Amino acid sequence: MSSAAAPRMAAGRDYSLVGAEARRAEERGLASATWYTTPIPRKQLKELMRRKDGPAIRDTALWIGALILFGSAGVLLWGHWVAVPFFIAYGVLYGSASDSRWHECGHGTAFKTGWMNDAVYNLACFMIMREPTVWRWSHTRHHTDTIIVGRDPEISVKRPPDILGLLLNLFAIKTTWFALGKLVLHARGRLNAEEATFIPEMERHKVFRTARIYLAILAAVVIACMALHSWIPAMLIGLPTLYGGWLTIVFGVTQHAGLSEDVLDHRLNSRTVYMNPVSRFLYWNMNYHVEHHMFPMVPYHALPALHEAIKAECPPAYPSLLAAYREIIPAVLRQRRDPDYHVIRVLPATATALPADRLATAA
Amino acid sequence: MSEWIEACAADDIEEEDVIRFDHGGVTLAIYRLENDRFFATGGLCTHENVHLADGLVMGKTIECPKHNGRFDIPTGQAKGAPACINLKTYPVKVEAGRVLVDLA
Ligand code: FES
Repeated sequence: MSSAAAPRMAAGRDYSLVGAEARRAEERGLASATWYTTPIPRKQLKELMRRKDGPAIRDTALWIGALILFGSAGVLLWGHWVAVPFFIAYGVLYGSASDSRWHECGHGTAFKTGWMNDAVYNLACFMIMREPTVWRWSHTRHHTDTIIVGRDPEISVKRPPDILGLLLNLFAIKTTWFALGKLVLHARGRLNAEEATFIPEMERHKVFRTARIYLAILAAVVIACMALHSWIPAMLIGLPTLYGGWLTIVFGVTQHAGLSEDVLDHRLNSRTVYMNPVSRFLYWNMNYHVEHHMFPMVPYHALPALHEAIKAECPPAYPSLLAAYREIIPAVLRQRRDPDYHVIRVLPATATALPADRLATAA
Repeated sequence: MSEWIEACAADDIEEEDVIRFDHGGVTLAIYRLENDRFFATGGLCTHENVHLADGLVMGKTIECPKHNGRFDIPTGQAKGAPACINLKTYPVKVEAGRVLVDLA
């Protein structure tokens, strides 16, 4: 990989979906554009896209079983320090493993059976405090306009980066604060201006109804804590979003941070990072992120095979989480004073490059 | 008034698959489902105009390759966000191993 500093951009960019960059992205043909896709023979792609219930049923049974096991142990040992590791494990399964579950089930690819995707999607959305309808539509836009400034609502590390916000989000503090504000707004039957750009009119009633249900559940947890004079209900429902959310950030930042913006090629704005089997269980193979963006209909359990099929056309995968952070941390720190700086991923010499007219750069 | 157009040979489409067919400025998706049942719908997803022929046929459902929006193939009915607008469907018949679509 190499790095680049383009002409200086003094104050950073306008990431709002209703600002000047949004108009500019449309003018430059970056909105709803055609993206590079590595050609795969149809027969092979169909095999990769094939849906199964088995892997996700097994993984979900393990996940829910482990939640019950660690949660019960934490409750039984409440008041002793030995409860701490059990709550740490419970928190990670609740506040971090839910990230990949809402994601894969939101795409409808984790299970073959529709209602199973919907059930796990709704459960995981609540765990990570992401309203299901809002995030379904924001993620749809993220896939249409991945890391296109002014279009993508899910750019988590902007330029210049909000380092304090990132650190607060290790315990989901900033994200949850905003999520609660939005719940109140939605429960009152309103959306903000950005949400109105990607949530169609016919879906909005679902947003308002779900926000009211979320608030009712959170209120019930508070009432239960007061009635029982105990933190235990909140330690099991609600607070794990915060104390268990750190792995969401550790994994999630690797997806796109520090890479190019405004390029119509996922090989240049996304990372594939090799991870150990435990991390891949927790993250449901979202570490194969280039592959996921290029072929979102391939289920998580087939992403390693998809990676093998297209890797000759992609920049090399990062050998570990550590290797990815060796690139990300210096890049993000430098972007504080030089918002134009970004890492440029180099395609293999044999790869098909993106035509120059589709390789727009943030000028 | 019917306007039957020859789209392809029946054998051009594998079972549980879809191909693209363009005719006179119209793009269609031609499907072959189990038991040699053939169907045709508009070829572009009603969400963001992506070719459904690159998607996945599962039973009698087509899944769009871009955001996994799903449609019922025989009726064209959108089955949930982000696919919210139904697909147009076209009558299909197979004669002498050729698939014909009524574009009228
Ligand atoms: S383009 Fe088909 S679901 Fe979005």
